[in-house]
Amino acid sequence: MEAIFLQILNGLDKGSAYALIALGLTLIFGTLGVVNFAHGALFMIGAFCAVTLQRIFNASFTTIDESRTDFLGNPMQVQTPYVEAWFGPEIGASIIDWSVPLAILLAIPVMLLVGFIMERGLIKHFYKRPHADQILVTFGLAIVLQEVIKYFYGANPIPTPAPDVFRGSMDFGVLLGFDPNVVIYPIWRLVYFIFSLSIIAAVFGFLQFTTFGMVVRAGMADRETVGILGIDIDKRFTIMFGIAAAVAGLAGVMYTPINPPNYHMGMDFLVLSFVVVVVGGMGSLPGAVLAGFLLGILESFASTTWAIGLVPGINQIIIYLVAIVVLLTRPRGLMGRKGVMEE
Amino acid sequence: MTKSNLTRRGLIKTGAATGAALATPTIFTGAAWAQEQGFTNAPTGDTVTLGFNVPQTGPYADEGADELRAFELAVEHLNGDGSGGMLQTFSSNALEGSGILGKRVEYVTGDTQTKSDAARASARSMIEKDGAVMISGGSSSGVAVAVQGLCQEAGVIFMAGLTHSNDTTGKDRKANGFRHFFNAYQSAAALGPVLESLYGTDRKAYHLTADYTWGWTTQESMQATTEAMGWETVNNVLTPLAATDFSSYITPVLQSGADVLFLNHYGGNMVNSLTNAVQFGLKEAQANGKDFQIIVPLYSELMARGAGENIAGIPGSQNWDWKLENQLGDRYKGTNAFVQSFGEKYGFPPSQAAHTCYAQTMLYADAVQRAGSFNPCAVVEALEDFEFDGLGNGPTLYRAADHQCFKDVVVVRGKENPENEFDLVEIVEATPTEQVTYDPDHPMFAGGDLGECNPGA
Repeated sequence: MEAIFLQILNGLDKGSAYALIALGLTLIFGTLGVVNFAHGALFMIGAFCAVTLQRIFNASFTTIDESRTDFLGNPMQVQTPYVEAWFGPEIGASIIDWSVPLAILLAIPVMLLVGFIMERGLIKHFYKRPHADQILVTFGLAIVLQEVIKYFYGANPIPTPAPDVFRGSMDFGVLLGFDPNVVIYPIWRLVYFIFSLSIIAAVFGFLQFTTFGMVVRAGMADRETVGILGIDIDKRFTIMFGIAAAVAGLAGVMYTPINPPNYHMGMDFLVLSFVVVVVGGMGSLPGAVLAGFLLGILESFASTTWAIGLVPGINQIIIYLVAIVVLLTRPRGLMGRKGVMEE
Repeated sequence: MTKSNLTRRGLIKTGAATGAALATPTIFTGAAWAQEQGFTNAPTGDTVTLGFNVPQTGPYADEGADELRAFELAVEHLNGDGSGGMLQTFSSNALEGSGILGKRVEYVTGDTQTKSDAARASARSMIEKDGAVMISGGSSSGVAVAVQGLCQEAGVIFMAGLTHSNDTTGKDRKANGFRHFFNAYQSAAALGPVLESLYGTDRKAYHLTADYTWGWTTQESMQATTEAMGWETVNNVLTPLAATDFSSYITPVLQSGADVLFLNHYGGNMVNSLTNAVQFGLKEAQANGKDFQIIVPLYSELMARGAGENIAGIPGSQNWDWKLENQLGDRYKGTNAFVQSFGEKYGFPPSQAAHTCYAQTMLYADAVQRAGSFNPCAVVEALEDFEFDGLGNGPTLYRAADHQCFKDVVVVRGKENPENEFDLVEIVEATPTEQVTYDPDHPMFAGGDLGECNPGA
């Protein structure tokens, strides 16, 4: 029972990242009709916002310590972060420690800007082109973006830890009535799950309860009619592209303490997120979220020893297997709407 | 005033040599010329081209960059530029810093992308288009085995870079291929006694293993060694190479009854699996009344850097460490000379990947110099059972039976309070060569056949 509960937690955690990326993908597809293969790269850029802020906070000045030598026998150069010199060692260390949560504040404007530039600078030229062209150009863009990140940050993963207070694990099972020490779970992963639910709720709330959101939803249902009513729907859709980029970016920022980011992390998530979108139903926001969590849980269970023992290799194919079954039985996905990509 | 070097004795010697050369029947000089031409990419001008095939893109690009730095430094030293590095400490005195056999060394580079097909394509291009007479490099056993096979077919020498699978000099060994780096069996043989002294003989081990040749042979070696000292293997789970999140593989570990976790992962896999294991509290956990332990059989400095503070206290093994000579003495001479040259040129200490690539380039050049020929078969003969010292690992043997180097293995641990990003591991011990030596027909290396050296064209 505990093992099952742990795998459900793992699945929800993995599903959080899938759901957030898939949500952004669906927002872009639903509004602009673009299949954005650069969306994984946006997730990766978000993660590197956290890395960048960590580096900014760690920017140091050098002093020479004559009493020690470096590996070449020269006097040791000691690096002291400016924030520690300006605010004192304790406050300075706390600022560095909180790099990842603080990076959210950096990531929101950066990702909105990246999204805006991407949409206005490149993607808008492909609205009337076939989906194959859109896929090719956005995939190319994803490769360019990841190579740019690699140029500046290298290929090696970069440790970006959570604040000290959120590191390590907690006995989550006790809160739910399990015996002590059987359901131990990393604190930051729980934070990530709660954060994801908050973002998902905020996006749905924004679309559901604001006038802007209502217009966007109307535009998604019938773009031409909304346009005839004198509303500049293109401008709103561009803003939605920025919001989708910010959602992916925030998912990336908060993911950095779970696995140290590298330039390739976007590609690792991209294919799976597309499967999530297809299984959830192209253009369906609730479908993307539901499928994200569902496939995360299934993937977790498929990685258990008994599942691999039962069907060797099931951990590597489960998501694609489910996608095949869903598409055979429900060709529009779990919650897909009629008419989407069916012209 | 000028001073003539001409002496009566010198004049007689020169005259005799010239006379002998003129008097030699042309069949002999003709044969020698034919021999120098009768192999792939025989260098004809005053330069010779080496091919360095490293991952320049993909997940191991940083490791590849460090390998390229080392190759560049080695070429510089071979040509007599720079400080000379390990040329000053190498026990063989054949190289003089005047190129190889008087030919200036040039090099071309290829990108393996850590993919076997891409690595073979770039090696083929360097051999066929650039005329490379030797290929070196690599940061993956899958790639090394593939490129070694290609070099065997093409008739050039392959001096493997970082490859740790038993198969490279085991079932996939080739006459034209040589490995200076250690292997999974040697890691296990070195780590075994250290693990026994650290954690005792009553332990239950759980393995997470990368699902490819390196992972399999590492797991097999560690399991054999630990079971021989009384440990029980609870489970071995193969994880896909493309896996990024290991949480669902980690959570069953504590419920399995195991009290030790082996992470037979390399590169990004290892960084993520170790980070995940630490997140799930395995480092602080208790199992079977003991402190739970995590072991990473092979890790590099770059991986330690990626894992950050999570690497603290984790035992593992290395082929070489830049602190060896300072900490363990003159036996590891050459280390400081190399670190000095590398550090002065690039500003930081070299990795073990850089070291093995530098050493391989020197060993190849020295073998050619001693053989007096670039012919791969002459090089093979010169390298087989070659004993040397002064390249940083202590006395070393290039065994003829499998073309594997036998030398001390370094057991390391992640440092608790590192001073900087280059000081992440501390040396626990250097395990003597005898302890990591095995028979060429050992079951873990069986099924391979060097075959005949292939000179190619």
